[in-house]
Amino acid sequence: MTEVIATNETILVVGGGISGMTAALEAAEAGKDVILLEKRPYIGGRVTQLYKYFPKLCFPTCGLEINQRRLKANPNLRLFTMAEVDEVSGTEGDYSVKVTLHPRYVNENCTACGECAKAVEAEFDDEFNYGLKKRKGAYLPYAMAYPERYVIDPRILGTEDAERAKAACKYDAIDLDMQPEQIELKVGAIIWATGWKPYDAAKIQPYGYDRIENVISSVEFERMMDPFGPTGGKLVRPSDGKPAKNVAFIQCAGSRDRNHLLHCSRICCMASLKQTTYVLDTYGDEAQVSIYYIDIRAIDRFEDFYRKVRGNPQVKFIKSKVARIDKDKATGDPILQGVDTEGYHRYANPHDLVVLAIGMEPSVDRFPVPVVVNREGFIENDPANGGIFAAGCASDALDVNRSVQSATAAALRAIQVVNRVARAEV
Amino acid sequence: MSQDLNTAMVEKYRNDFLKEVEEKVEEGEWVRMCMQCGVCSGSCPLGPYWEHPPQEIFMMIRAGKREEVLSSSSMWMCTSCYNCIVRCPRELPITHIMHGLAHYAKRLGLAPKEQPTMKFAQLFWDNLVKQGRVNELKLGLSLYFMNGFSEGVKTALKMAPVGLGMLKTKRMNPMEMVGGHKVKDLKGFHAMLKKAEEIEAAKIEKQEAEA
Repeated sequence: MTEVIATNETILVVGGGISGMTAALEAAEAGKDVILLEKRPYIGGRVTQLYKYFPKLCFPTCGLEINQRRLKANPNLRLFTMAEVDEVSGTEGDYSVKVTLHPRYVNENCTACGECAKAVEAEFDDEFNYGLKKRKGAYLPYAMAYPERYVIDPRILGTEDAERAKAACKYDAIDLDMQPEQIELKVGAIIWATGWKPYDAAKIQPYGYDRIENVISSVEFERMMDPFGPTGGKLVRPSDGKPAKNVAFIQCAGSRDRNHLLHCSRICCMASLKQTTYVLDTYGDEAQVSIYYIDIRAIDRFEDFYRKVRGNPQVKFIKSKVARIDKDKATGDPILQGVDTEGYHRYANPHDLVVLAIGMEPSVDRFPVPVVVNREGFIENDPANGGIFAAGCASDALDVNRSVQSATAAALRAIQVVNRVARAEV
Repeated sequence: MSQDLNTAMVEKYRNDFLKEVEEKVEEGEWVRMCMQCGVCSGSCPLGPYWEHPPQEIFMMIRAGKREEVLSSSSMWMCTSCYNCIVRCPRELPITHIMHGLAHYAKRLGLAPKEQPTMKFAQLFWDNLVKQGRVNELKLGLSLYFMNGFSEGVKTALKMAPVGLGMLKTKRMNPMEMVGGHKVKDLKGFHAMLKKAEEIEAAKIEKQEAEA
């Protein structure tokens, strides 16, 4: 049984992505007791799946490493991975939270040597790469995963693969008898940092994401740049592996659309401008990029980045929401059909690859506790929420920069709650 | 009458065609909601044949291009397929706005005179009103002769084998030529239409009075 000592002066952070990590670390570094829960087997969330950040075009691995070191160094912070909140009861300053810890089947003896993965034969869709690649039934989710510990996919339990993995481990790290555990935590304040998920691109029927191989989503495109990713870092199109030199980006794919997501997802304009630089860096003079947009929302300091990309004659900006995508049967090229707003010209443009700049929606449909959510499903900052605060994309569609700001603010609000509790007890 | 109405409208809404559309055209209040994304124009199956696609019509309304919009044949091209309404990210009832504009243009006498959709719509209406039921035989024939007698004869001769085939398979009743079938309570039907016309006229009168 996992021993957890928590009091009503403890802050619980739900979600270990960039927002949750930040909120947890800020509170812990301010001297508060913090418990951080993460559903995945590792922390870092969707930021781990990004190749570069905008606008500086630096690698997220750098910031993630700093946060991992802060986390390891802080005795006030305890992390549980593969943990999910089932139920929350109580009020501000006195919450009781029921949590399920799912078994990893690998204990702390693991050295991440990888012998178990070599021994296992079964392969499954790799979640880290949105199913564009396979991974073994025993796996390290990604190269920089923290905790640096392998995971056994429960689907190989009871098969020969599970026994092979166990036999291959020299450190007695594989425990196939691990069971799910239920723990109950007493905490004073809760920070929801459950993040976002990409909108289901197949729902945008006229874009044919589910019918046309060379129509992909922006998160999938991001994975292509990873040297360990599904294409080994090459920008190629899925249908025939040809270099994707002529790439189209469709903005507001699902966002700002009453048929899909009501809100502007805020990140997609900058994400496409960033991904445009990937195409330009990869193919140099041969690169051709077309960005189909309603309006470009690159606010304040991002404006410089937008101007820089816009200044490149290889990048075309077409003011038009694409009406539909057809497929050229002979070449596999997606053909974009529509009418532009600057002159009302009808177009039918073929491209090698089409990237849908997909919108953000909250990753959680229903919270296990009553909180005030807005019509888009994000948590409102409302006094009725008591000692429960949202951080990052649980509160709104935000980029990393603004998520971190939101997380710091949430940490401060949670600290105020536990400080009040502490004073009342003196 | 319609020409006078047109002059009155020009006076009232000088340089403010958007306001006129919002007040006078059915569903016209939606026009300002258009964000010019163009998905309606790209989605229209008849789009390539329009002089001005919906997105452009909306922009022309805002730009005050009154004559060009109301005398355009574009909105008469709408086949009510509803593709635009389904895809519009702001849920504008584009099909209905197009019909509203066409109706308003006709009321003011500005619709293009030889617009075939408009002519057919009038034929259909006149045909329907008589008996409360559409007389397909008469409607078909009046359609043939829509563009003059000689062309009508030519079309009728061309279509004769189809007509004979329909007679043979009892798809067309030649007796429809005389009288034709009708609704049970024809008097009531006509009274209903008259009442509807009165309501519509009162509505317009009220609008004018408020102006």
